[in-house]
Amino acid sequence: MLKIRDLKVNYGAIEAVKGISFDVPEGKIVTLIGANGAGKSTVLKAVSGLVKPKSGSVSFMDEDITSKDAALIVGRGITLVPEGRRIFSDLTVLENLKIGAFLRRDSLTEDLNWVFQLFPRLKERSWQHGGTLSGGEQQMLAVARALMSRPRLMMMDEPSLGLAPLIVRDIFDIIREINQRGVTILLIEQNANMALGAADLAYVMETGRITKSGPGSELLRDPAVKAAYLGS
Amino acid sequence: MTKTQKIVSAGLLVAFYALIFALEQILPARAMLFTVLKKGAIYALVAVSMNMLNGFTGLFSLGQAGFMLVGAYAYGIFTVPVAERVNVYQYFDGGIIQFTVPVVVALVMAGIAAALFAALVGLPVLRLKSDYLAIATLGFAEIIRAVFQWEKLGPITNGSNLLRKFPTFDSFNITNADGEVMVYLSTFVPFVITGVCVFLMVLLLKSSYGRAFRAIRDDERAAEAMGINLFAHKELSFVISSFFAGVGGAMLAMYQTTVQASAFKSAMTYEILLIVVIGGLGSVTGSCVGSFLFIAASEWWLRGLDSGTFMGISAPTIFRSGFRKVVFAVIIMAIVLFYRKGIMGDSEFSLKGIAAFFKRLFGAKRKRPGTEGG
Repeated sequence: MLKIRDLKVNYGAIEAVKGISFDVPEGKIVTLIGANGAGKSTVLKAVSGLVKPKSGSVSFMDEDITSKDAALIVGRGITLVPEGRRIFSDLTVLENLKIGAFLRRDSLTEDLNWVFQLFPRLKERSWQHGGTLSGGEQQMLAVARALMSRPRLMMMDEPSLGLAPLIVRDIFDIIREINQRGVTILLIEQNANMALGAADLAYVMETGRITKSGPGSELLRDPAVKAAYLGS
Repeated sequence: MTKTQKIVSAGLLVAFYALIFALEQILPARAMLFTVLKKGAIYALVAVSMNMLNGFTGLFSLGQAGFMLVGAYAYGIFTVPVAERVNVYQYFDGGIIQFTVPVVVALVMAGIAAALFAALVGLPVLRLKSDYLAIATLGFAEIIRAVFQWEKLGPITNGSNLLRKFPTFDSFNITNADGEVMVYLSTFVPFVITGVCVFLMVLLLKSSYGRAFRAIRDDERAAEAMGINLFAHKELSFVISSFFAGVGGAMLAMYQTTVQASAFKSAMTYEILLIVVIGGLGSVTGSCVGSFLFIAASEWWLRGLDSGTFMGISAPTIFRSGFRKVVFAVIIMAIVLFYRKGIMGDSEFSLKGIAAFFKRLFGAKRKRPGTEGG
């Protein structure tokens, strides 16, 4: 579904991503794990058009989307749940959701019903300002907002960041549920344990390169991965 | 808003306009009240337009006076009667434009002229952020002011001379054959113009465009990730804001009865910015209320501080020219200190809000003994 070939991204003189290639097959949960500063977030930003890659290519459903505008990429069905949630704090929950569906001109009722069923808490708070929600609720809102664009591929940047373990488990349950509804997931995590447990396919990224790949359950047992990311 | 609330609000609005109309027929036309109402209506329009840009879209622009100038000139240039042009453009052989358009058309043209300038200026300037944008727009306003006074443009702008003799607010009054005023409309009409313009802006702000503006204000990168084209929306907000600033400028020309570029100084932008901040960034009604309060205080209520007697106290040694500005500055500082987010914050004036305010007021009084006891 998503094919990345020899992608290089620079921030000024710094090479954040040094030529990586990987695939995201349709219908799967794929994770990219790695330490701080490995370049994971940059890959997602490059795919979603928020930063322009220096070279390499990104194609989605056999269409080249390298360096296209963010609006076009959202329109093609790729959505990003950004790191640190970045919900609109002075807009109400409902307005946040409507912004998520900004490019759509059709009725939102069905999608609103679905996300409110996924996150009943958001329905109770639909008139509250986004900024008044708790961290976990904000993460739910960020996921719900991304779903409102009717994505085919949802990219999530550290959804577990700063959340209590119980809430993280809830979020991962919901990620699986969303995936079962046919949305392909590309997940970035430092919480490698959780991510590998959920992933069909996993890539390990170190300082701008991919160093390992395989099914999530396999990498979970890999001694090198265990030592580096699982803390045991 | 429920249907009943809508009906009640609309009813109150009609009653308010009826009151303005009635007052104008009863009170003498030169009463201070009408000066305040007219100027207040103009500033309310410009303040709402600035709020749309600064408060709702989060673009800190200081070009308002420049766009008002463009609007004022566009209005003046196209409405000075052809017969009067020889006198008005006396140093430029009557100028090169020898036709006039109706007032309403001229108002729209004033808006379009300001919007065109904004579209051009916006292309380079809107790529800048916060303070840099403020400096660039302020610079634009200063340049525009100089350009309009350029002698070479005299056949169009009349150079540094006044544009005058064009239709003013008083032209809206209905007179009989002897020139006696039958129906006064010189305050009512500016209120109608401002009302229509503010209504259009509220419609825009309530649409998905308005939501996108506020999303950009809250978090630009997240808005971009949602598929909002940042530049297109900033440009849209800038152009529409300038359109209404241009209409406001045309109204200011009507109010002042003359137009001169040198009057549109950056101090005018700061006055409007002050109104926007006092009223509350992100509150349309706040800007409107703030505008009338600001104009009433500066033009009317505090006048006595400059002329010797204020609120019955006669102290010519203290209350002399300039003291008003001192007091005014102190009041503004107090507002900024005690109402950090302005009078209205980012909420809107509503019947529900008033009801809640009184409930809070009386609710607190009843509660107080209880909390003291506990």
